[in-house]
Amino acid sequence: MTSKRDLLVIAREIAGSARGSEQIEARVGRGRDTDVEVLRGSVESLTVAESEGVTIRVVVDGRQGVASAGSLDPEIVAATLEDARDNARFAEPDEFSGLATPAELGDASVPELDLWRDDLALIPTEEKVAMALELERAVLSANSLVRGVESSSYGDGANESALVTSTGIEAFHRRTTASLGASALAGPETDTQTGYGFSVGRTLSDLDLEYAANQAANRAVRLLGATQPKTQHIPVILDPLVTRTVLALVVSALGAESVQKGRSMFAGRLGEEIGSPIVNLIEDPTNPEAFGAAPFDSEGAPTRRVDLVTAGVLNGYLHNVTTARRGKTVTTGSALGSGVGARAAYLRPGPLSIEELFASVPHALYVQSVSGIHSGTSTVSGDFSVGAEGLMVRDGVFAEPVREATIASTLPRILLDIAQIGSDLTWLPGGGAGLTLLISDMMLSGS
Amino acid sequence: MLDEDVIRRTLGTALKRGGDFAEVFVEEKTSSSASLDDGRVEEVSSSRRRGVGIRVVVGETTGFAHTADLSEEGLRSAAEAAAGAAQGSAGVRDVGAFSRKTVEPTHEVRDYPESIDKEIKVEALRRADAAARAEGGAIAQVSASYADSRRRILVANSDGLIAGDEQIRTRFSVNAVATGDTGLQTGTESPGRTVGWELLEEFPPEQTAQIAARRALSKLEARPAPSGKWPVVLKKGAGGVLFHEACGHGLEADLVARDASIFKGRVGEQVASSLVTVVDDGRLAREWGAYGIDDEGAAAQRNVLIEDGVLTDYMWDLLRARKEGRKSTGNGRRETYMNLPMVRMTNTFLERGETDPEDIISATDYGIYCVALGGGQVNTATGDFVFGVTEAYLIENGVLTAPLRNAQLIGNGAEALRAIDLVGNDFDTWAGTCGKDGQGVPVSSGQPTLRVSELTVGGTGA
Repeated sequence: MTSKRDLLVIAREIAGSARGSEQIEARVGRGRDTDVEVLRGSVESLTVAESEGVTIRVVVDGRQGVASAGSLDPEIVAATLEDARDNARFAEPDEFSGLATPAELGDASVPELDLWRDDLALIPTEEKVAMALELERAVLSANSLVRGVESSSYGDGANESALVTSTGIEAFHRRTTASLGASALAGPETDTQTGYGFSVGRTLSDLDLEYAANQAANRAVRLLGATQPKTQHIPVILDPLVTRTVLALVVSALGAESVQKGRSMFAGRLGEEIGSPIVNLIEDPTNPEAFGAAPFDSEGAPTRRVDLVTAGVLNGYLHNVTTARRGKTVTTGSALGSGVGARAAYLRPGPLSIEELFASVPHALYVQSVSGIHSGTSTVSGDFSVGAEGLMVRDGVFAEPVREATIASTLPRILLDIAQIGSDLTWLPGGGAGLTLLISDMMLSGS
Repeated sequence: MLDEDVIRRTLGTALKRGGDFAEVFVEEKTSSSASLDDGRVEEVSSSRRRGVGIRVVVGETTGFAHTADLSEEGLRSAAEAAAGAAQGSAGVRDVGAFSRKTVEPTHEVRDYPESIDKEIKVEALRRADAAARAEGGAIAQVSASYADSRRRILVANSDGLIAGDEQIRTRFSVNAVATGDTGLQTGTESPGRTVGWELLEEFPPEQTAQIAARRALSKLEARPAPSGKWPVVLKKGAGGVLFHEACGHGLEADLVARDASIFKGRVGEQVASSLVTVVDDGRLAREWGAYGIDDEGAAAQRNVLIEDGVLTDYMWDLLRARKEGRKSTGNGRRETYMNLPMVRMTNTFLERGETDPEDIISATDYGIYCVALGGGQVNTATGDFVFGVTEAYLIENGVLTAPLRNAQLIGNGAEALRAIDLVGNDFDTWAGTCGKDGQGVPVSSGQPTLRVSELTVGGTGA
């Protein structure tokens, strides 16, 4: 490791080496991670690791080059800067590219976000190992039909990052995360079902072990004996995890980059009704409860709440500085990597509890998980056809489980068909939130 | 990449608190890529990574630490962290002299990525853009990218093994958007090989662009796939990924040991149609998943997994194999030095059969002909899978007719293997990234044109 120099100092040095009309953005980071995997009562692996890295963006006359390295060693950083400069020579100029300037960020102030817990660094490794072992035991004892645990793990990380540009932007941020995850195996070998359960937080004491264990066990056990359903049109209830997956697709089509490049099903639809009147879609990385919460984006612009869809009407798109210039608007603080993206999107919760939502339709398919998302959906065409497993719901309660089925509609249709939104907003790892959602009609294909 | 004496002392530190096995894995990787979008080379980028992963095995437990600091001091502190994590109980083990293992490369790499001028590389992107747009006014948007990498590894362990390898990979991708009465449709093609820039001689940018553009255009004309149970013919190369996902993962020894495989305890049993032989071969020259040694120092080799329908063996990494008192099959891989290795596939394929592929289509009264599959997902514990089809045609009375869209193949890996009733005498492969426990590694999958007598097709049509 390099000596523990302040990340901001390193980033300033890199950005400060800009010459002439050159612009330089330096993003540097450092992290410490612990991972424990247990299997059958013993520690299978324990990883304790530190990592660091730098990403440098150079823009010269609208030409952009990027280089990154997994080290903050001064010699490697210097070589990385030269790589970025060389790369910039081969890109083609774009009048709208170039780093953000403080003036462009306007009055938006960087939100205060406390995502760091000092105590995480003080927790002995033994306690983390004990937690992973306890999780495995808890999954096994949660239900008599659980016959094994495929994996049980604890992980945490503490990460710091700094961003400095030669145009005068500086930002520093740090965060901690902790998580527990287990996969339960239920049923006989001829009909095995798996179920995943997890709990996430900012430090170990935030984690709910019982919740994760019961979730893993229940999700596996309730699918036992699943059969292929009949092909039919049917109302569909989406599990919060599935809702999040669908929302992520919708939100990615609301990135201004895909809209401007003619790659979005929502291009040219500002001010139009794209969802049912109960749909309010919000992106808000300033909410500290969101796991994707962040005070500034990958260009150093402050994040902010963006109301994307209000009462079903499309209000706006997500922008970074480049798309904002092209679209003659201001950035929404949504730069993600070298593009645009959401960090903490959610649907405003509705009034119904899960039980009330279930009881609001005579029968429906409850979708516990979907598969084939990347191949079966397109945010360009709006196609949506994915594998599904879950349970039938009749008279407000779970009935028989189903597998080897697909559900199909289109993403624009799904938004219009949202009939009920649950009150059970849950922030999920990986960014974004889920809740239980009732879609009035989808095509279920089975036998 | 590192001095042998330094490595020996590092292994000594790793075993200072006892342990059965210690390993030093050194990796140095440089990558470069560029992307063209909306008619313009938007970004040229590169990355470099260099570091060491050290693991110590004590009984069932592996302690692991990694560092980007290759000084002896940095290595010692990582070795101590790994030893502390494994918590060995007794003894000090000497690490004796190394015996260097050399493995014949499967093929020569001709044009190393760094030997090709970046201007030539970005020019290839412009050629692809022009070729895709030349397919017609309905092509509304094109993006193209290349990515190449050079990865050098060195593995040394307390058994005295030391071995190194160099892996060069190049990939070229084109994505086209077509617009028409039915809205927007996309088509993608992305060939990749374990070779240098000579990839573009085998797959010229214009050809890759045409395939992507025509795929998008054909979807404009396509009608929704009929849902139901139909015979499905998978074109050569297109369906390998299905068997990779639905069968290959279940043949990985770590999933078998975790009770998460339908193939557990079934070696010697008939698990597939007798027309089916499944092989994983890390030495398949030039293929996307090829290498000389795996990330534990074992030579890549050809492993027959299913022979004439009978399950013959699983794939093994070092630790699973040691436990069973056998040798690794060269399938221990990791994404980076920051990850622990595990059992992974390389180039996994069904061997060719005897039927002319034309005859397979003409022998099918009604069914689906799949030319390209997208990604898919599988529950390895049950073998249930779902795959998106990105290019497909209806077969009516033995002839290809309408293009189809929105099709999904749904089924069970073991059942699909048993339901294969025609196997062609052709063969092709497909390059992809296989994800497992958060680690992605390059793999290829392959198969001859073949027919599955019945699969559920999920679609939106009647």
